Amino acid sequence: MLDFLNTFISGISLGSIYAIIALGYTMVYGIAKMLNFAHGDVIMVGGYLVYTGMISWGFNPLLAILFAMVGCTILGILTERIAYKPLRGATSNLAVLITAIGMSYFLQNISLQIFTANPKSFTSVVKWEGISLADGQLKIQGVTIITILTGAVILLALQLFINKTKAGQAMLAVSEDKGAATLMGIDVNKTISLTFAIGSGLAAIAGALLCSAYPVLTPYTGAMPGIKAFVAAVLGGIGSIPGAMIGGLLLGVAESLSKRFISTQLADAIVFTILIIVLLVRPTGLMGRKLQEKV
Amino acid sequence: MSMLEVKDLEVNYGMIKAIKGVSFHVEAGEIVALIGANGAGKTTILHTISGLIPAAAGSIVFEGNDVRRIPGYKLTGLGMAHVPEGRRVFAEMTVLQNLRLGAYTRKDSAETEETLEMIYQHFPRLKERRSQLAGTLSGGEQQMLAMGRALMSKPTMILMDEPSMGLSPLLVKEVFSIIEFCHSQGITILLVEQNARMALNIADRAYVLEVGKISMEGKANELLESEAIKKAYLGG
Ligand SMILES: Nc1ncnc2c1ncn2[C@@H]1O[C@H](COP(=O)(O)OP(=O)(O)OP(=O)(O)O)[C@@H](O)[C@H]1O
Ligand SMILES: [Mg+2]
Repeated sequence: MLDFLNTFISGISLGSIYAIIALGYTMVYGIAKMLNFAHGDVIMVGGYLVYTGMISWGFNPLLAILFAMVGCTILGILTERIAYKPLRGATSNLAVLITAIGMSYFLQNISLQIFTANPKSFTSVVKWEGISLADGQLKIQGVTIITILTGAVILLALQLFINKTKAGQAMLAVSEDKGAATLMGIDVNKTISLTFAIGSGLAAIAGALLCSAYPVLTPYTGAMPGIKAFVAAVLGGIGSIPGAMIGGLLLGVAESLSKRFISTQLADAIVFTILIIVLLVRPTGLMGRKLQEKV
Repeated sequence: MSMLEVKDLEVNYGMIKAIKGVSFHVEAGEIVALIGANGAGKTTILHTISGLIPAAAGSIVFEGNDVRRIPGYKLTGLGMAHVPEGRRVFAEMTVLQNLRLGAYTRKDSAETEETLEMIYQHFPRLKERRSQLAGTLSGGEQQMLAMGRALMSKPTMILMDEPSMGLSPLLVKEVFSIIEFCHSQGITILLVEQNARMALNIADRAYVLEVGKISMEGKANELLESEAIKKAYLGG
């Protein structure tokens, strides 16, 4: 039972990381209508920025994360401006998709150049040991608790931002109808930039948490979590913010439980099986909008 | 100077020439109707005036501003509102959120609240349903919302694209009385309509558009009497 509980809690923690990454995917998809396959690699860049800040420059963890957030936000805005914006309104969505895949390799290769392929061993941004329950039989690591809390805070903050601020409402409007949003006086380009900025800033946080929980950092660190988070976003219903959160948590828990109780090798296959089953039953994902017919 | 002055406007969709040299003007305080058959290019003209699609040639000047040189989203702040064809309310947002988006460019919140109250007074239906998702409103209610949303920006001019489309005769009457109400508030109106008789009845002047060109123009009451118009647009 305790074993199960332990696995479950680490699943929630892993799931929170997936969820934070999935939020970036889902927001960008919802608003710019594109799959930003380079999003996973922004996490990796975030990881390196935190690493550089903490190890090379001696920043304290919080400052290092802040530094990484600023760096990733700028990176997000720049990639959108330089690589994706010129293709907006292009006849083929495939062009944008291929550009995003190219951007993913570009970020990996740049990191290879700067940081080499040698894995860096990351020091956790969370110094706290954590808590120990049931006479020390149930230990919950500090990084686990902080990760779960961070996920929850981010979700709440985003919901507040979207529903209570003008910029958030503009995002919703742009996600539904860019033309009508323009008629309201909303600058669609600026709104899309803001979305990339938020998604990339969150990716930096995800990078810091991911590397703290799994402290090996290479230029390919972001690839697999990126794909998993994409799956989480689709599972929850791409475009939906609560969906990304639920999808992420579900995926994290499913992965942890499968690894512990079924098979480490099969865990990823099981995760994808879940995705396929969910999509068969609900093609728009768990929280996805019903496909609406336009009159 | 006219409030809106369109000169030799040409608009293309790729190789298709949709608007082939159209000129017209709207004076402050007028209701001007733009009538024409399906596919004549009415929506295309309104979209170009709002900056949603680019013009290929010609000029559009709104209150002294060269519309072709400023991004579309800035026009709202300059006093232009647009009730688009098919309403295009934000279906996944509530009625109130839709209305507030209409006031997106306004800074003075006290004045904005006044406008909201005014709209609630004239559209009690919208007040009743303010927390409901716009997508769940009936067609008529969505049209009211689209018009209310346009009014929220406190415009000096509203472009209306077939506001009576798909509505029952009773609702069509209501829509037209709202147009007259907007007009009574000092708002200038450019009205695109299929319902030529109703449009000519409230308009000061009108233009008739035929496949991308203006074929006739004049005072609305004179056009109502014209044999050619009667035949083509008023059902005999
Ligand atoms: N996005 C588009 N791509 C290509 N052609 C278009 C596009 N939109 C409109 N057209 C064409 O341009 C012409 C004018 O269309 P427009 O929608 O402006 O007509 P309209 O007068 O508003 O018609 P309706 O009364 O049916 O609304 C039509 O021939 C139409 O097929
Ligand atoms: Mg039309």
